[in-house]
Amino acid sequence: MMAKFLRNRELLLVGAIAVLLALITWRFPPFVAPANLARVYNDTSILIILALGQMAVILTRCIDLSMAANLALSGMVAAMLNAAFPGLPIPLVILAAMALGTLLGMINGALVWKLDIPPIVVTLGTLTIYRGLIFLLSGGKWINAHQMSDAFKALPRAELIGFPVLSWLSLVMIGLVFLLMSRTALGRAFYAVGGNPHAAVYTGIDVGRTRFSAYCLSGALAGLSGYLWVSRYAVAYVDIAAGFELDIIAACVIGGISIAGGIGTVAGAVLGALFLGVIKNALPVINISPFAQLAISGMVIIIAVAVNARAERRKGRVILRKAEAV
Amino acid sequence: MAETHLTPRNIPDRLEGRGARLLKSWESLLFVVACLIFLGNSLASPYFLDPWNLSDATFNFTEKAMIAFAMALVIISGEIDLSVASIIALASTAMGYAVQLGFDTPALVVIGLSVGLICGAINGLLITGLGLPSIVVTIGTMSLFRGLSFIILGDQAFTGYPDSFSWFGQGYVWWVFSFEFTLFVALAVAYGVVLHKTNFGRSVYAIGNNQTAALFSGIRVARIKFILFLLTGLMAGLASICLTSRLGSTRPSIALGWELEVVTMVVLGGVNILGGSGTVPGVVLAAVIMGMVTFGFGLLNVPGIVMSIFIGLLLISVIALPILWRRARRRLAH
Repeated sequence: MMAKFLRNRELLLVGAIAVLLALITWRFPPFVAPANLARVYNDTSILIILALGQMAVILTRCIDLSMAANLALSGMVAAMLNAAFPGLPIPLVILAAMALGTLLGMINGALVWKLDIPPIVVTLGTLTIYRGLIFLLSGGKWINAHQMSDAFKALPRAELIGFPVLSWLSLVMIGLVFLLMSRTALGRAFYAVGGNPHAAVYTGIDVGRTRFSAYCLSGALAGLSGYLWVSRYAVAYVDIAAGFELDIIAACVIGGISIAGGIGTVAGAVLGALFLGVIKNALPVINISPFAQLAISGMVIIIAVAVNARAERRKGRVILRKAEAV
Repeated sequence: MAETHLTPRNIPDRLEGRGARLLKSWESLLFVVACLIFLGNSLASPYFLDPWNLSDATFNFTEKAMIAFAMALVIISGEIDLSVASIIALASTAMGYAVQLGFDTPALVVIGLSVGLICGAINGLLITGLGLPSIVVTIGTMSLFRGLSFIILGDQAFTGYPDSFSWFGQGYVWWVFSFEFTLFVALAVAYGVVLHKTNFGRSVYAIGNNQTAALFSGIRVARIKFILFLLTGLMAGLASICLTSRLGSTRPSIALGWELEVVTMVVLGGVNILGGSGTVPGVVLAAVIMGMVTFGFGLLNVPGIVMSIFIGLLLISVIALPILWRRARRRLAH
């Protein structure tokens, strides 16, 4: 029973989050008030949306280091559109941000698919290119709150049945990605490509095209997050979300998504992001310096990989026991 | 990283003479690019070719290149170390702390190198001891090491380094040749010999090409990988001494984002990110190219971030071009 519990990553994570919440409550009881937990969820929403996209990419044995740069570029374009044409309906602005995000994702995907360049190199390259493009577009200038229309800033904060639209949007995205992963051929292809690319080819799955689709998804979600980020914080500048790509990957890793591909669930990605979100929100209230946040999340990542590695170890024919160890 | 190529590794079409191979090699391509950038820079600014100016320009790559040599070996062995920039920050923080306690230069150097070695040993133990994927472990230790610097420093800075300490980043060994540049040359030779002329170097390639086969042929895979992570840690400690000495202060955000620049340098140098191939001369050329591009754009008053577009395009195109070229040739042959 205990062993079974330990083998189920999602339950393990729920347990870890519960322990974390219990520890925080012991030091600061108001943290677990429903209203506060809803705030924590809302604060983590963007990370959750991004982790969903990264999950799809990692499942296919690729990686997307350019997600944060994509977010920043799409967000900047959304803000510039809004500043230039304040009358433009907000849904159109969001669509534009998502379209641009998808396009940037398609560039990543096409380079991986058509040119067979290793994903880490492609996204390392596009990461710096996308960041540089923001500078070229904006001339290094900030777009501040007063340049954005009220509707632009209000949407993520607007309340719908007691929760902000931002929270609802992330729930909708979780639902959509869950359906994609569990009910469509493409979702199954993501797992198949990551689990064993050679076998996937023989079952008639186009490995390159599947990876391309994963990058499109991560790009679209990064584009959406770009609008959400810029409108929520009401400012757009070159360095938005700098270094956030590693938080996104960390959320996936904590959520039990194997960096070697093929293993992982939507619930895992969401819980991994929530785990980081709870830590981030709890530190100030229990009187730990926010400066400690980085070190704590580093420890968490290392512990998470160490725990997950046991389950991930491939069971092949073992000729020499030491061969498995290295 | 996970393997992505479904085709066998590149096997030469036919045996070619040594001269033809050299001409078609990656290093020659990089050499041509480096020459073009030199030419462009000297046309762009009349001050570029001044010896003191060129000497200044070397500071744009020497510290990163020190780490890139060790990183090249790590990547050739099929692993990656993303924590190097954070090790620089932690080593620099430790040295700054020691300065506040009144330690002098020799002690600072020992502290900087030891912190690097300890961090490298932590990475190495986690990766080889527990068999964890290096990309994730070093993302974790990257946050951990940088986080420790933030805990110690907060938003403060350590200054007050002794005068003798400034020699590592600002001193000259002979005429225009700075200590850093001399160190860069010495390390390039040392790493070149180790990688290309010793059994250790051959083992590194063997591990990167097929780890299991390497193990069965009697190579101590875990031990060699551990040594490689110790080396990247040590080089990060060394780079930290040079950088801290050059800047004369320590902030927790020191060397932020360098891990990606170092990896870019290594990949641009022709090291296969999937392991198994690459050379030290390639990395040297890539370091010079990246340093000169940064410096040239600086002369033209182009902001650093625009330079990053160029580096990104360069990275993708130099990797895509040979692939496109090979395809075009195959199509012509048919």
